[in-house]
Amino acid sequence: MSTAAHEVHDHVGASVKENLAIWIGLVAITGLEVFLAYIELRPMLMLSILVGLSLIKAAMIMSYFMHLKFEKFQLVLWLVPAMIFCILMMLIFFFPDSFRLLQMRPN
Amino acid sequence: MGSKKLGMWLFIVSDTLTFSALLIAYSYARISNPDWPRPFPMNPAIIFSTTMTVVLLASSLTMVMAVMAAHRGDRATTVKWLIATMAGGLLFTGLHLREWMHLIEEGATITANPWGTPLFGAVFFGVTGLHMTHVMIGVIYIGIVALGFGRGKFSAEDVEVNGLYWHFVDLVWMFVFPLIYLMSVQY
Repeated sequence: MSTAAHEVHDHVGASVKENLAIWIGLVAITGLEVFLAYIELRPMLMLSILVGLSLIKAAMIMSYFMHLKFEKFQLVLWLVPAMIFCILMMLIFFFPDSFRLLQMRPN
Repeated sequence: MGSKKLGMWLFIVSDTLTFSALLIAYSYARISNPDWPRPFPMNPAIIFSTTMTVVLLASSLTMVMAVMAAHRGDRATTVKWLIATMAGGLLFTGLHLREWMHLIEEGATITANPWGTPLFGAVFFGVTGLHMTHVMIGVIYIGIVALGFGRGKFSAEDVEVNGLYWHFVDLVWMFVFPLIYLMSVQY
């Protein structure tokens, strides 16, 4: 059974202009990240800004390119909190031990 | 929501956790090893990897265009955009392999390197290698969908689900590039 006609009327999403604007934004943020590397910021500040910018880019890609903004909100509730929870668990219980290890080194 | 789309999203969540675990393990290794090398000069290494990033972003845009064309019912245009996406993926892989060869020629392997802790090679080749594997699988997947959609066997939903996978691969690179390349710039 052909669903082409059904699909043409059913799809809701961003326009070509909006998708192009998002893409230009992603390239601009990438350029900003490279610029930050060029000006030799101190590492912890650089890391914080880079992770923040990466999260913004991830949100832009998920919302527009992956269409999450136009899906039912319950899909966002199914997927995003679980991902954030699992990543936070890894960070909280695993990551701080690296600082302890650094201090335990003999030199 | 269709089961195909939900299934792909659930796969994406699980793969996100895989890459998160790898990147957190990298952060752990880096902090606890003060002799972590910084082997990437701005020119040519960072310029090269920035080019790779823009290529992958461009392939994401062509995939968006393919999905829009598929939902319009325009099969010929969809296949053209999908082929453009495959070209972007192949170009990214080619550039990345070129960069790998350069590092291997300088003496970096998964067990040793001439600059610092041996863990650097394991982390670099492990994380970027897993990402490159995802890119190659994605290129094959897009090829199958392009062939099937062009022949009328697949629907617009199949192209959209394919798009979800490709954008996920791009999304992972948005974290790998800053954390592994930009944090290791040679000053």
